[in-house]
Amino acid sequence: MTPVIEFAGVAKRYDTGGAPALGPLDLGVAGGEALAVTGPSGSGKSTLLNLIAGLDRPSEGTVTVAGQRIDGLSEHALARFRREHIGMVFQFFNLLDDLTVSDNIQLPAQLTGTGRRKAAARAGELMEVLGIGKHARAYPGRLSGGERQRVAVARALINRPALLLADEPTGALDSASGADVRELLTELHGDGQTIVLVTHDPALARACASRSIHLVDGHLALDPRAEAVR
Amino acid sequence: MIGLGGALGRVVRSGVSRRRVQTVVIALATMMAVASAVVAGSLVVAANAPFDHAFAHQHGAHLSAQFDAGKVGAADLTATGHLAGVTASAGPYPTATIHPTDGRGGHFPALTVVGRAGPHAAVDDLDLTSGRWAEKPGEIVLSTEFAGPEMTPGFTLAGSDAPGAPILTVVGRARSVSRTAGAWVTPDQVGALASANEPAGLQMLYRFAAAGTDAKVADRRAELVSAVPAGAFLGARSHLDTKRAADGNAAPTIPFLTAFGVLGIAMSVIIVGSVVSGAVGTGLRRIGILKAIGFTPREVVRAYVAQALVPAAVGIGLGVVLGNLMALPLLADTEQVYGDTSLSVAWWVDVLVAVGALVVVGVAALVPALRAGRLRTVEAIAVGRAPRTGRGRWAYRVTGRLPLPRAVTYGLASPFAHPVRTLAMVLAVVFGTVAATFAVGLTASLNAVGDAKDPESRAAVTVLAGAAGGPGGAPAGGPGPAGANAPVPAGGAGPGAGNVPAGGGSSTPADSGRIRDAVAAAPGTATSYGLGYADVTVTGIPGSVRAALYQGDSRPGGYPMIAGHWLDGPGQVVVPTRFLARTGTRIGDTVRVTHQGDVQSLRIVGEAFDTSDDGTRIHADMASFASARPDVYLVGLKPGVDRDRYAADLARVVGPLGGEVLGDTSSGRDDLILVLDAMAALLTLMLVAVAGLGVLNSVVLDTRERVHDLGVCKALGMTPRQTVGLVLASVVGIGVAGGLIGVPVGYALHGYVVPRMGHAAGTNLPPSVLEVYDLPELALLGLAGVAIAALGALLPATWAARTRTATALRTE
Ligand SMILES: Nc1ncnc2c1ncn2[C@@H]1O[C@H](COP(=O)(O)OP(=O)(O)O)[C@@H](O)[C@H]1O
Ligand SMILES: [Mg+2]
Repeated sequence: MTPVIEFAGVAKRYDTGGAPALGPLDLGVAGGEALAVTGPSGSGKSTLLNLIAGLDRPSEGTVTVAGQRIDGLSEHALARFRREHIGMVFQFFNLLDDLTVSDNIQLPAQLTGTGRRKAAARAGELMEVLGIGKHARAYPGRLSGGERQRVAVARALINRPALLLADEPTGALDSASGADVRELLTELHGDGQTIVLVTHDPALARACASRSIHLVDGHLALDPRAEAVR
Repeated sequence: MIGLGGALGRVVRSGVSRRRVQTVVIALATMMAVASAVVAGSLVVAANAPFDHAFAHQHGAHLSAQFDAGKVGAADLTATGHLAGVTASAGPYPTATIHPTDGRGGHFPALTVVGRAGPHAAVDDLDLTSGRWAEKPGEIVLSTEFAGPEMTPGFTLAGSDAPGAPILTVVGRARSVSRTAGAWVTPDQVGALASANEPAGLQMLYRFAAAGTDAKVADRRAELVSAVPAGAFLGARSHLDTKRAADGNAAPTIPFLTAFGVLGIAMSVIIVGSVVSGAVGTGLRRIGILKAIGFTPREVVRAYVAQALVPAAVGIGLGVVLGNLMALPLLADTEQVYGDTSLSVAWWVDVLVAVGALVVVGVAALVPALRAGRLRTVEAIAVGRAPRTGRGRWAYRVTGRLPLPRAVTYGLASPFAHPVRTLAMVLAVVFGTVAATFAVGLTASLNAVGDAKDPESRAAVTVLAGAAGGPGGAPAGGPGPAGANAPVPAGGAGPGAGNVPAGGGSSTPADSGRIRDAVAAAPGTATSYGLGYADVTVTGIPGSVRAALYQGDSRPGGYPMIAGHWLDGPGQVVVPTRFLARTGTRIGDTVRVTHQGDVQSLRIVGEAFDTSDDGTRIHADMASFASARPDVYLVGLKPGVDRDRYAADLARVVGPLGGEVLGDTSSGRDDLILVLDAMAALLTLMLVAVAGLGVLNSVVLDTRERVHDLGVCKALGMTPRQTVGLVLASVVGIGVAGGLIGVPVGYALHGYVVPRMGHAAGTNLPPSVLEVYDLPELALLGLAGVAIAALGALLPATWAARTRTATALRTE
């Protein structure tokens, strides 16, 4: 199976000359895989995710995602790449406070030029599936943390991305809501969604990841698959 | 100013350097505001005080007195220079009145000649504008007010038409602001020029300690009269009268200059104030943190005022320099117009503007800074943290339904989330649009005023009739009718202005009629009419009034009408506003006009826009006065007729009759109008730029605040182009609103100010000056509002598009 993500000799330096915040490292993620990235704070997890999403460019090496070399793309092309192939979920939800739940979810679809009716239908579907249908016209500020994260997931999925990226999706949630989100991600993975998941939470990693890597100071400490191969 | 040591200094420094856009905007806005205020202020000063300025420069005479040389001696007159209250005196100078000719029969107006050994004196220190001073008999220096363009050094005059009259060669030209003479010769020469009829007199020039009012001057004058033998004092002229005559011509333009200046200064104050207070008002979260770590309220206030004052001080410094640089060429033009040789930006204008700007910036910053100082720490942090109040959400719902790209509809709604900030932006755009609209209108009005002057100069060809030289202007004596200090070739452009030899008594009424017939019969003539000037008396106005008398259909040379209509038959008279005011008459009334003993009752049929001759010149049909004959025929050509060819052909016919054909006599657009146009354009540009900066500042603040949301959108796949579209869309509504408000306000302001400017100059204004806007132009000006807003938003928009998404998302 062709990998959905392929890192070859990727390193990221924030200040030229200094030690890299990440890498250099090689990494492959196959379609349908759910990769958990763990590691202490500041170890480069978010950096890794940003490189996959094309939010940042590597200082060295090549990044291939969904069959596209993205390390050399323009901002414009990166934005198009993102909205077609990537869905993102953040620790602090990052919902737009001025838009209703439904409008928040539709936004990425509308950015690609999808008609309003079609986008609304797809959003409705997702809200039903994720159990937030009754909040469609509410504003995010009124929702609980768990509900907000479900909205964020729905928004991430509206364009049917090849890849779902989640950066500490349970980091800001109480344990009940966290379990809620954990269940959701597990289901998605079960349906075949490729996921890269950054988390501090071993329970989350165990429950929904098919594989884990551990970062320390930007370096790969443990890759169970690589170990198995060896 | 403010101690910036230690922690406070560090806060200010970091505030200034971290909020770079804001710092630059404050500096730029104050710079432009200060520069335009310096330009405007110095032009207002230059316009309001050209006479005072030149008068002071020349140590002008507060009183120039004429004495009978037969009744008082030079020594006694010199002694009058030591009377109480006299601070300086010059003279006595011998004087004579001559009636010069060009030696070929052409007469010039009478000329007061003063004998002076040199141009410099303690009083009336003349400026030699060309050539040199008269050194021996036979040489003459002409006053710039008398000399026509052809009277350059080398030109010769005869002292009179008597045989053996002295021949005088022009060796130079000099300017006397006090108008003490029409020409100067060496003192010895004066005796030879005097005649039995008009014996030589003596002139004394005085400066007084106090001469600001007519009463004060009259007191000094009375003392002079009693200090000399009875009958020795012949007459005197006060500098106040001279000033009135001089200002009479500049008067119509002074209110325009003042309006531009006031506009510039007012807009600068408002915009700098709003930029600065906006800048301070948004640092609330930072303020909360500062207070949480132990800054006292007073320190917070100082820090924030200083953050505005530091860039403002830089802007003010640059603005003063820039303003001076820009004012100089404008002043140089004004200088030629007003005939002053040393106009420069008055130092006190610089100081006043700089201090004023500092105060404005300080106050503008102090108000929000005080608010920041009073803010409770918890609130400050809360305000910074949770800017979302849920305000304006309806707008997102509404615009979300528009059939437009999502990024655009999202942007369109965002102004409603921050009503106060949006209002500030709308105001900035409104001011910019008002300024642009008003200035465009003012420029158009000004040009209309320029075009309304001297309609006779519109004639394609002018034929001098060679008729009995009309009573020409009196260049030296009293405030002559053709006000010699005019910024424009005043009133009677061709004839009567004293610089065209008027061909003495050689022609006859018959010749005049034949010239008229020849002009009318010439192929190529489309319109022609005769014009002559005469001094008449009118019941109700003391002294003489200048009358323009027209022969034939004079409509092509008609002045713009304020009310009523132009002459269309005998027995009618058209008068300017001031005439109506001075005589207490109205259109339809009848006035008695006397010309050379010939009394006629003329009916006022129109009020014309004509400020020449101090606004009292009247216009009537020549047929009303049997003895009047045209000095000049003014010809309009049929389309396609070559002017030079026509002039040459006509010259062959009228030459033998004593006529002379002049081609292009139009003087082009008036210098002063050009200066004012340039200034209007400059001020408009600056105001629009400052308004754009105001918008820029607000959009930057807004974008900075929304950088996180924009980051989210970009993470979701919003392209840079869509981001620019979003930010621009967020100001389009503001631009449209600003335009919709600004254009009508600017229009109304013009409609309010311009007639009042006319009244200040003593005249009503015709529709051509008042109604200067047309609809497409107004629509275009409305678009200017959108353009201002879009230009202001472009920078932050591209900045938002370029910000690294990862960085934006880290901002929590
Ligand atoms: N935009 C940035 N500029 C400079 N340094 C950064 C930036 N983003 C991250 N870093 C640094 O890179 C390292 C890795 O950060 P990050 O990937 O956010 O860690 P994690 O998500 O694992 O906590 C940290 O040392 C962090 O300080
Ligand atoms: Mg992280």
